[in-house]
Parts: sequence; structure tokens; C-alpha cells
Amino acid sequence: MKMKKVAYPYILWMAIFIVIPLFLILYFAFTTGDSQNFATFQFSLDNFKRFFTPTYLKVLGRSVNLAFISTIICLILGYPLAYIISKAEPRKRNMMVLMLVIPMWMNFLLRTYAWLTLLGRNGFINFVITKIGFKPLELIYNDKAVLLGMVYNFLPFMVLPIYTVLIKIEKSLIEAAEDLGANKIEVFSKVVLPLSMPGIITGITMVFIPAVSTFVISALLGGNKYNLIGNLVEQQFRWTGDWHFGSSMSIILMIFILITMALTSKFDKEKEGGGGGLW
Amino acid sequence: MKKRRFILLALSLIIVIMTVGCGEKKETINVYNWGDYIDKSVLKDFEEEYGIKVNYSMYETNEDLYIKLKQGGSSYDVIFPSDYMIERMIREDLLVKLNKDNIPNIKNIDEKFFNLDFDKDNDYSVPYMWGTVGIIYNKTKVDDVVDSWNILWNEKYKDEIIMLNSQRDTLAVALKKLNYSMNTRNIKELEEAKEQLLIQKPLVYAYLGDEVKGAMVSGEAAFAVVWSGDAVAMIRDNPDLEYAIPKEGTNLWFDSMVIPKSAKNKEGAEKFINFMARPDIAARNTDYIGYSTPIPEAVEMLPEDIRNSKVAYPADEEIENTEIFHDPSDIITEYDRIWTEITSQD
Amino acid sequence: MVSRGLKRLYTFLIFLFLYAPIIVLIVFSFNNSKSRGVWAGFTFKWYIELFKDAEILKALYYTLLVAVLSALISTVLGTFAAIGIYNMPGLSKKITLNLNYLPVLNPDIVTAVSLMALFRFFKMEFGLATMLLSHIVFCTPYVILSVLPKLKQMNKHLAEAAMDLGATPFYALRKVIIPEIMPGIITGCLMAFTLSIDDFVISFFNTGNNVSNLSIEIFSMSRRGINPVINALSTLMFVSLIILLLIINKRTEKNEIERGV
Repeated sequence: MKMKKVAYPYILWMAIFIVIPLFLILYFAFTTGDSQNFATFQFSLDNFKRFFTPTYLKVLGRSVNLAFISTIICLILGYPLAYIISKAEPRKRNMMVLMLVIPMWMNFLLRTYAWLTLLGRNGFINFVITKIGFKPLELIYNDKAVLLGMVYNFLPFMVLPIYTVLIKIEKSLIEAAEDLGANKIEVFSKVVLPLSMPGIITGITMVFIPAVSTFVISALLGGNKYNLIGNLVEQQFRWTGDWHFGSSMSIILMIFILITMALTSKFDKEKEGGGGGLW
Repeated sequence: MKKRRFILLALSLIIVIMTVGCGEKKETINVYNWGDYIDKSVLKDFEEEYGIKVNYSMYETNEDLYIKLKQGGSSYDVIFPSDYMIERMIREDLLVKLNKDNIPNIKNIDEKFFNLDFDKDNDYSVPYMWGTVGIIYNKTKVDDVVDSWNILWNEKYKDEIIMLNSQRDTLAVALKKLNYSMNTRNIKELEEAKEQLLIQKPLVYAYLGDEVKGAMVSGEAAFAVVWSGDAVAMIRDNPDLEYAIPKEGTNLWFDSMVIPKSAKNKEGAEKFINFMARPDIAARNTDYIGYSTPIPEAVEMLPEDIRNSKVAYPADEEIENTEIFHDPSDIITEYDRIWTEITSQD
Repeated sequence: MVSRGLKRLYTFLIFLFLYAPIIVLIVFSFNNSKSRGVWAGFTFKWYIELFKDAEILKALYYTLLVAVLSALISTVLGTFAAIGIYNMPGLSKKITLNLNYLPVLNPDIVTAVSLMALFRFFKMEFGLATMLLSHIVFCTPYVILSVLPKLKQMNKHLAEAAMDLGATPFYALRKVIIPEIMPGIITGCLMAFTLSIDDFVISFFNTGNNVSNLSIEIFSMSRRGINPVINALSTLMFVSLIILLLIINKRTEKNEIERGV
């Protein structure tokens, strides 16, 4: 196929802007010294030794756990929405897709800030709750608030790829299944769901990755009580100034994400094989 | 059809945007300051008086500023780092000496703010704003006398205490509680401070940055550790709040104007610093920001409630027992480790 | 009927969830106090101050400029890359795809710092150019990721058939492949625009010489309190987007009627 040639400019681009910077990060990760002065760098494994201690591993565990839960919630909430949108008439459909994207055009820090006004002890939601006669709830500065922030910020990243795949599913396939006597649940689980698998996989990666490395959400809604790995990386680069340790933590985070992706993409292929050789 | 129209629309948008950006050339200075830390009408006055255009941009932390200077590739003429960062920048030879003949207004600055440790003879820096760190509390929620850091460890106030989300400031509170220096380099003392913060953690509502203001004003918590300038603003919005400087002592801080080595217009920068130290300008600026000016004449021009505020302008004996931060240099890794241990603790 | 009502309710609730903070932002842009915590009466003063604030307007200009340019460039770059990658043989496809994932899976801060090190290495002046380049770097992978599923769904023989019938590869690309994957391209473009407008960390590390965007301004304010002028600006941006969408919607409706659909 000649078509592959159209990717060549991007391959050159990747070599400059992705591969070289990656090596720079690797270089930082395996050295110590004054981060701002290349002449002082010395090879060392200290950064990794420092990371593999209970304190840091605990933070990594927490981050992965929260990101995993928020990804699941996004999938459960997002799939039905993507489905509903894909079934709507075209004009309404486009409108709803845009409505998913528009909130993101307002700065995410501002939007996350706004949640404080809603969730705070004397915030709007508690105001309503106490007016009805209930006791106020602790809605903020805990893990639930962090999860809410993650789902809020990343839900569109789950809905959009699933939607993109769903509208491409040929109606005739579904009709055929119905004609062959499949009920609604069977049509969904045997036809629609397998065919939408590529979208689900993309959605999962697009939610899990930013969720596992976020630092703003845990800071604003979690009250900084329990840092996530993203906070630690951020701290190294922007406050402590130890870019070496920061880089080694990012490498570990990347390896972790790569493993997760390898697992999901394996799952993806199997399903695709069953879905009629789409690849 | 539709696609072509979209491309046309996008192109015309780009052209419009491009043309907006062009401007005339004249003498300029690049001023790089903390976010929302100047009355912008003051900049306009400066431009009119001196015919020098001010390019103004903002940073979030001292460390961000430091990275920008080290990164190179851009030039700033006036920057506003804090005490310990000035110390570090002088040590790393990032600043130029000021020509004080060009800054006659330096005489307006209160003598007690001169010759401080971070810049012994004020060769490099002119103070811009100063303040303390203390406890703000809500009188409707607190009956005890607030005069010591110990109250932040009182079980009675579980989930009513807000600490600063800053390694150094929060560790300083614990160190002061233990009557140690907040600049200690003794690991044992730092470990003790860590133990204190771990004991305190279950009582803490949150470790916050700016959000503390909204939380305290709306009455969400009883106590918070805050900077004095923010305290002034909070008390204005909620009169139930009060500010106290604990008797064990606290942090005294300065943000000063300095000129980095990369400056392209040193004369313009000195004119700007001189302008900012003029009493009427400093007064107007201070009134807008809400922090404390080091210029006594400017204080006189402020509205009465601010001028007489013990929060913004405490008596000398109240700040006798204060310390200024020093550059932590290598000990910063210890701060970092301790802070991570605190924030990873369940 | 019940299920239809249920669907409507569900959609409504999700959109309420997505828009609740925005409503708060809009309401507080009229608040007569700098503090976020309390309501102190109605005012227009932040809107008036906004138009006097040269720095924020300049930041808005750079934000839009960078967002539009990086969205367009990364859409073109990404679409072609996706088509090429899709047609690559197994192993090189895998390698390219995984490399492409790097900017997506790296924490923003790492992409930011590594790019900064790269620009420093090439002795580039920090400013608009470096900021734009870095935005294209992190936007393009998202375009590729939203175009690829479309390609996977497309009938592989479609382009081949077109070429068998005498179409040049370029003609087949333009007339067969691109229209087929258009929804993916549009999603990718929107996503690139959105990511660019929202980005803080990468912009911060890769700009200089007084070029800043709204995110940088907002973050720099977050230590001393966000100026409600920013809320006013966001409200205006939001409202103008909605109006723009309504106009587009009306137009397509009219076109459809004219064409007798």
C-alpha cells in the first residue's frame, strides 16, 4: 500500500518531538545532580531506589485505585449517554456532542473551583439539604470529592470515542440480528457491544491516563490531604526542583500505564477477532 | 461545500487575530510579577509619565520564577521574588546590582526593612510588600484565647483546622510550636516537627492554597493559617474573623523588586522601581492589593481602617519574635521527603 | 414511552452535572465581591474592568491564536498520520502507535519539561513559536486516536476499489477515505482545540518573552485569589459560543428546508 507514505512527515515529527524528549527524560531519570546544570549530572540509580519505599508505593497505589474506579464510573455513566446520543436524530445528535465539548472550553481550573461553591460545608448542595431538614453532609476534601472531580473532568473523553464508533455501526446488522430472532438484550450484547469495543478501549485509555496523573483535582477537591502520584511529580518539577527524581517517577508511571494498555489492547484484539476481522 | 466554508471561516479568523497583534515599537520594559499583585492603573500612569511601555506578565510561585530565569530564552527587567529566593538568586549570580542614584525614592522605605539577611546592604533589592504568617479564626466558633500555635492541635477543633498547602510554611508552624528555628537544618528537629504534623493530620479539614479565603469567609472552618495580607481581605468580607500572631513567633516575609541579569533595559527597570517606591503610587497600589507596604508615607495615605489595622501593620513588639526564611538549598530534599510522608499517611 | 422519558431524564441529569459548575461561574461573575465564598449583591463591574484589562485581553488573543492554529495543524498532520499508520505493516504500525501514545500517557508536566529541554537544546527563543509547537505535539496524538477507530470501521476494500476503478491514490483519499472518516476528523479537531485552550502546564514551561495564555494567567492568580474578571471573561466566551452554535444550527435547518429535506 502506498498510503502508508502519508504518515512519513509525522514519523519525522515524532522522532524530533517525542523520541528525543523521551531520551532526555530517561537521561534525567538515571542521573543525579543540579537539575539546571547539565555539567553536574552523574549516573545513578538513587532516584529509583528512593521511589521503591513504602511511602511512595502507597501513593502510587492510591492513584491507580482512584483512577481505576473513576474509569469504571465514567464507563457506566458514559456508555448509555453515548448510546442515547447515537440514536438521536442527526441534528440533535450533533448538538449534544457539542454540548459535551463546550464545558471544556471554560478553563478546567475555574470549573473545578466552582465545585467548591457547590460542595462546600456551607455550599449550595448542603444549603438545599439543610433546608429540606437533613443534616449537612461532608461532601468535600475526601476521596469521593476527588472521584467526582475526575468523573466530571474526564467523562466527555469516554463518551466521545464510544459515540464515534456507535454511529458507524450499520443499522442493517442490528436489523439482521432482530430478524434472526434476537431480543433487545441479545442484540446489544452480541452485536452492538462487541462492535463498539474499539471505542470503549479508547475511552478507557483516555480517562484512565489523565486520571492517574492528575494533580489539580486532588489538590482542589481532596484538600491535599492525600497526594496522588501526579502531585508528587508536579512537586518535584515545580517546587523542589529535583527534576531527576521527578523524571524517574514519570518513567515508572509510564511503565505502569504501558502495562495497563498492553492488557487492554490484548483484550481489544481478541474481541475484534470475534467481531468479524475489523482490523 | 460545508467543509470549504469551515476552512474559509477558520482562515479569516486567523487573519483577524494576526492583525490585532501588531503594534508600534517604542521603549519597553518586561515586568514579571505574582498573579493579581499590582493595581494595573499604576502601570498606565507609569507608561504615561515615562513613555515606556510595560509588558506585564505573571507567575505563580517563586520556584516558577526561578525556572523561567534559569531556562533562558526570554528576558525580564523587573521581577518580585521573596526573601529566600532573592538569597538564592544572589548566590547563583542571577541578579544585577542596583544603581541607587537612579532610585532616589529608596529613601522612602522604612529603615527597619533595610539590610536584612537575604540582601545585606540592599545592593540588589527594594522591598515591595511585606507581611507575617498567623492564625485567622472565627469568633463565633472559638471560645479559647488564640495566642499560640498549640490551639491548632486541640482535639476539640477536629475538622475545623485549615493548614497551608506548602511544605515549608506548614513545617515552619510545627517547628515554631516546638520552639525551634524555622530555618533549622537539624534533621532531628525536622523529624520531631513531622511527628507533630502527623499527630495533627486527623484534625485537619484540608491543606489549602488560595481556596482558604472562600472557606474562611463563608464560615466553613474555625481556624486557618494564612498570610497577613489575605487576612485583611478576609476580615473585610467577614467581620467575625480575627487574626492572631502566636507568641512562639512566626515567619516575617518580603517580596522585593529586583533586576535579573537577563534584563535588556536596566535604566527603564530602575525608573520603574523608583516609580513604585513613590508614596502616592505605593499607597494606591497597596490599597488595591491589600498587603502591607514598607513605605511609611504611603501608609499615612491609606484609608483609616487599613492604616490602623493591627493585621496589616502590627506594632514593632508584635513582630519582634519573627524569623525570615533562608534559602533551604540542599535541605529541601528533607522537606520534600517529610511532606510526602505526611501526605501519604492514612 | 416510559423508556423514552427515562432516557430524557438520564441525558438531562448528566448534562446538569456537566453544566452545574458553569452556572455557578456565570452567577458569580455578577457577584459584588472578590471572594468566592459569599454573595454580596449584583454588579456589572467585572465586565467593565475586563475591557480595561490589557493583559487579560492579550492572553485571550494568544489563547485563541494558539488554539486555532494548533487545532488546524494537528488535525491535518494527525489525519494523514492516521491513514498512513493504518496502512502500515504489523510491526512498524505497532511501534509508531505506541510512540504516538507517549504524549498522551505522559503526565503533562513531563511532556512540558522534556519539550523545554529540547527547545533549550536547540537554543530556541521561548515564545509564541515554542508554545505553538508544544501544543501541536500533545494535540496530534489525540487526533490520530479519534481518526483510527473510524478507519478500522471503514470497509478496507473501499479505497482499493476506487483505485481499481482508476482513481489516483490522492483522489481516492479525497473522495473516498476522508469523507468516510470525517466524523472522526471533526471530533479530533474539536478535541485538539479543547485541549489547547485548557492547557496550563505545557504552555507555562514552553513560553516566554511575555507570551502567556489564559490558563497561565488563571493559575498565576490562584495563590492570591482568582480575579472575578476571569469569570466575566469565561461567561462572555461561553455565551458567544452558545450564540454561534445557535446560528449554525438555524442555518443548517434553513439549508435543509431549502434543499427540501
